[in-house]
Amino acid sequence: MKLLAFAEQRDGAFKKSSFEAVQAASRLAGSMGAECVALVIGSGVAGIAAELGQYGATRVLAVDDPKLERHSNTAYAKVIADVAGKEGADVVLMAASQMGKDLAPRVAVKLDAGLAADCVALEADGADLKAKRPVYAGKGLIEVVVKTATKVFTLRPNVFTAVKGEGTATVETVPAGLSDSDFGSVVTGTKVATGRPDVTEADIVISGGRGMKGPEHFNLIEGLADVLGAGVGASRAVVDAGWRPHDEQVGQTGKTVSPTMYVACGISGAVQHLAGMSSSKYIVAINKDKDAPIFQVADYGIVGDVFEVLPELTDHLKKALGKE
Amino acid sequence: MNIAVCVNHVPDTETKVKVGADGKTIDSAGVNYMLNPYDEFAVEEALKLKEKLGGDVTVMSLGPDSHKETLRKALAMGVGKALLLKDEGVRDSYGIAKGLAEELKSMKPDVVLFGKQSIDYDDAQVGTLVAEMLGLPSVAVVVKLDVHDGKAVCEREIEGGHETVETTLPAVFLAQKGLNEPRYPSLKGIMAAKSKPIEEKSASPAEIRVETTALSKPAAKGAGKIVGTDKEAVPELVRLLREEAKVI
Repeated sequence: MKLLAFAEQRDGAFKKSSFEAVQAASRLAGSMGAECVALVIGSGVAGIAAELGQYGATRVLAVDDPKLERHSNTAYAKVIADVAGKEGADVVLMAASQMGKDLAPRVAVKLDAGLAADCVALEADGADLKAKRPVYAGKGLIEVVVKTATKVFTLRPNVFTAVKGEGTATVETVPAGLSDSDFGSVVTGTKVATGRPDVTEADIVISGGRGMKGPEHFNLIEGLADVLGAGVGASRAVVDAGWRPHDEQVGQTGKTVSPTMYVACGISGAVQHLAGMSSSKYIVAINKDKDAPIFQVADYGIVGDVFEVLPELTDHLKKALGKE
Repeated sequence: MNIAVCVNHVPDTETKVKVGADGKTIDSAGVNYMLNPYDEFAVEEALKLKEKLGGDVTVMSLGPDSHKETLRKALAMGVGKALLLKDEGVRDSYGIAKGLAEELKSMKPDVVLFGKQSIDYDDAQVGTLVAEMLGLPSVAVVVKLDVHDGKAVCEREIEGGHETVETTLPAVFLAQKGLNEPRYPSLKGIMAAKSKPIEEKSASPAEIRVETTALSKPAAKGAGKIVGTDKEAVPELVRLLREEAKVI
């Protein structure tokens, strides 16, 4: 049995979720006595490929081609499927990042495989693999079995661990084998929104709700976020009111997040919001209403006015972290 | 311009998940179903494209008879034609995509729109599966779509920013919140939708590739502690975060 882990990179740097996918694959391979190969694709990426050895890959394939400088989902998917085919991979893994979610369905069709998307658990079950994935934005959890010979899995970011080790990998470069017709759609530009981490990838998320009373007060949320290097999130109510951009929305019609710490400020905790954030490891809630549903999922709660508590908390953390 | 929109009929966001008797799906008793919110953006974008460039919009859904309710909502918004690919059985995303792709193959649309994901299974794969099955380019999580001269320029959401993506047509687009403001159906639209026919066909069969073996509710998080009230509680919170949770 052979597993292939695709490791996404942007601008020559791997994402944390790529390390998570490689490590999950290598751990799984270890438990099944299988072989694990990692794959990196792009232009000028051969130099960074060896880094995946620190996350358990022993062999890394680098498809390094100037044609791949601009991302194209059709071309990337073809490369992944071609490599999986040549290697005889039984399982293909990647992060359920925006890129991974865009590539995995195409790879699955090309390999005639079933795809279990956005998994939060994946383990060997005899000769088979059993995966768990959230449904209804986390209000439910299903167990799935992929019945095809070749299987594709995407793994939810921030759920699987990525611990840097001492391992090393051999790097082999592989030709891309692409023609112009493989580039159906092409990325022609990228805009960075705020420079803060995205809520789906951040270790810490500071979120604001209606209790912030207006868009002008979100500087309190951003101030705390910047002290902690955190991402900024928002409830649906404030996104619908136009206070915050929708890419910050956490909840059932927004993003589902699993950070180490989620700080809900002035968020009462509607069922749709709780669905999107209750898998966070630690939840902190600051709310005036002691009966707000958010306190039922919070590990630590402060009943109080966010306008008093937030500045105080930001000051204390600055001191504690030596960032004054 | 020939435009197709694929929609799903899903439990509304208020739904509390209760495991059904089969142990694999939700108990649908008392659950309200609606047009999948992301698909609403897809329908709106289809109507806007038609208003700008002319042509026809067809809305289609694969599933049991109950999906007609969602098709009627799209008709009430102003879509011209509706098609139900009827199937009472259990299908995974692959099976749904295959049924839709078979139909789209003969329809040959210039633009196919989907929502970026259904809010029931959150699989986010049907639209892209269909694109690959049809050999078409696709752009997912689209927040801006500009179609002109046989090509499209889109903006799509990625982590911490946006990407501009250019594609030739025909192509598949997966709508994200922010793409537009879906219109409310007018009373006239609602009345007209009641008498518009919904074409029905049997969905082509497909095997199950990803089988759901169990549904459970995630372990309920026990209520934690109230550290205190007002800003006086802050020092204790910081101590707990450092010493107990060790998160900072």
